[in-house]
Amino acid sequence: MIPFRLQKVRTEVDAIAAARAGGRYIAGGTTLVDLMREEVERPERLVDINALPLGGIRTEDDQLVIGALARMSEVAAHPDTLRLQPLIAEALIEGASPQLRNVASIGGNLLQRARCPYLRMLDAPCNKRVPGSGCAAIGGVNVGHAILGASAHCAATHPSDLAVALVALDATVRVRGPAGERSFPVELLFRLPEATPHLEHTLQPAELIIEVRVPHDASARHARYLKVRDRSSYEFALVSVAAALHVEKGVIRTARIAAGGVGTRPWRMRASEQALVGRAPDRASFEEAAQRSLDGARPLSGNGYKAELLPRTMVRALEMTREVV
Amino acid sequence: MKQPDTFDPGRHDAHSETATLLSRREFFRITSGALSMAAVPAGLAQTADGAAIDAVLPAHVQLTINGQTRSVDIDPRQSVLDVLREVLGLTGTKKGCNQGACGACTVLIDGKRVLSCLALAAMHDGASITTIEGLAQNDRLHPLQAAFVDHEAFQCGYCTPGQIMSGIGCIAEGHARSVDDIRFWMSGNICRCGAYPGIAAAVAEAAGRKEA
Repeated sequence: MIPFRLQKVRTEVDAIAAARAGGRYIAGGTTLVDLMREEVERPERLVDINALPLGGIRTEDDQLVIGALARMSEVAAHPDTLRLQPLIAEALIEGASPQLRNVASIGGNLLQRARCPYLRMLDAPCNKRVPGSGCAAIGGVNVGHAILGASAHCAATHPSDLAVALVALDATVRVRGPAGERSFPVELLFRLPEATPHLEHTLQPAELIIEVRVPHDASARHARYLKVRDRSSYEFALVSVAAALHVEKGVIRTARIAAGGVGTRPWRMRASEQALVGRAPDRASFEEAAQRSLDGARPLSGNGYKAELLPRTMVRALEMTREVV
Repeated sequence: MKQPDTFDPGRHDAHSETATLLSRREFFRITSGALSMAAVPAGLAQTADGAAIDAVLPAHVQLTINGQTRSVDIDPRQSVLDVLREVLGLTGTKKGCNQGACGACTVLIDGKRVLSCLALAAMHDGASITTIEGLAQNDRLHPLQAAFVDHEAFQCGYCTPGQIMSGIGCIAEGHARSVDDIRFWMSGNICRCGAYPGIAAAVAEAAGRKEA
C-alpha cells in the first residue's frame, strides 16, 4: 500500500471540498482497502465519510429511502425493507459475507470495482487498471465474464447483487457534488466499457451518493432474487436474476427483470419483460420470455454456458415469484 | 518490503543465536515490528513515483480492546489486524488471506463481527474491540469456546479464533436457528481442514445454551 493521507470529514460540504482537492471517498472500505493493499488502487488522499449523516432507512409514502452510508446488513434486516421491498433484502443477503455486510455501505456497494482476476494481476494487461494496455480476459480465462455489453476492450461483469435488484425495481440514486444535487436511475450510474473501461460510473468528480430511492410497485411482494454460483453461499454470481411479477386475474400486468453475472453492468431485461405482459404466468410464457434475454448476447471462449444458464435461471426466478405466499 | 531472515535454529551466527533464545512467535513479533517501523519513516513518506506526501505522519488512536483502553501511534496504512498482532502483541487473531476472503481475522468491533484485515485502524479511533483473548474469564472458557472443544470443531486451529468470533456474532444476530442457518451465516469463515460439521454443531449448541 502506498502512503496516503486520511482526512475525516463531518459535513457534506467538507467532504466534497476534500474530494475536489483530490481525495477519494472511503466508507466501509471493504473493496478499496483490499485493492489499495494490492496497489491496484493508489489514492494518495482518502476522505473518511463515515461521520456524515447519510445512514439510516426511512419511508416516504410507500417509497423506501436508503441512506448511502447504511450498511448492507442493516438494510437487509430493516422492517421497512422486508415489508416494502423484500427483493432488496434477499439480494443483499446473497452478497458477500456477514462480516463484510456489517461494514460495507450501500453507496460503496454500488461503486465497487469489477472482480475480473486480471484487474488485480499487476503483471497482466488490463484496460481498467492501465488504460490502453489491453484486455487479458478476452483471449484468456473468461469463464466469469460478460456475454452482454462487452467491448473489444473489456468484458468484466459488475459484481453487485444489490444493484441487480435496484435496476429491476427502477430505483434512483440521489447524488450531491460541486455543481449541486441531481437524481437519476441506478441503471444509469453504470457505464458500458466501450473504449474506456477505466470509467465505470457516471458520477462527476467529487460527487457523493446521498441515498437510494426505491419506488413502490404492485409487483414488490412477488419478487425474488436467484443467484447461481460455484458454491451455495459467499461467492460471486455466475448468473443471477431479480424478478418481480404483478399478476391480476391470471394475467401478468407488470414484469420487472434484471440479471447479474452476465453483463458489463447490471442488465435490465426489457425484451423479456415485454414478452410477459398480458400473458398467463405459466412455464410456457416464462420460457418464451427467457429466450429474449439472449438478444445481443455474444459469448467469449469460456463463458458460453451462460447463454444456457441465463434463460434457465430466469425461468426459475419467475416461477419463484409465483411461490411467494 | 525486506523479508526477515529465515529462522533457522541450525545456524550458529550471531543472528540465529538471538533467534534461538526467543520463542518462534516472539522472534517474528520483534522482527516484523522492527520492519514495519523501518518501512514507515514518519514525515518522509513518498509515493512510488517519488512525489512527497505532506502529511503521512503516524496517526494516534485510542482503542478499547477486551475492556482495556489503549492509546497507540499507528501508520494510517495499518489494519486493525496488524495493530492487534504487531503493535499490541495480541496474536490470537489470525492473518489468513489478508484480503477479506477467509474470515480468520474476524473480531467484534462495537459488538459486530467484522474483518480486521480490511479495517484501517486510523478509521476506528474510539472503537471497542473484542478479540479471542477477551472471551475466557480466567480459566473459564466462553460457552462457544467450550463447545468448540466438545465438538472437536477444529483440526489445525488456525481459523478457529475467527470462527469463534464469527460464531458469537452469528448467535447474537439470531442466525443460529438451525444447522442450515448456521452454515449459511457462517460461510464467511473458511476452514481448510474441513471441520465444518463440528463448527456448525458447536455454534448450534452454544446458541441453545444461551437461550436456555
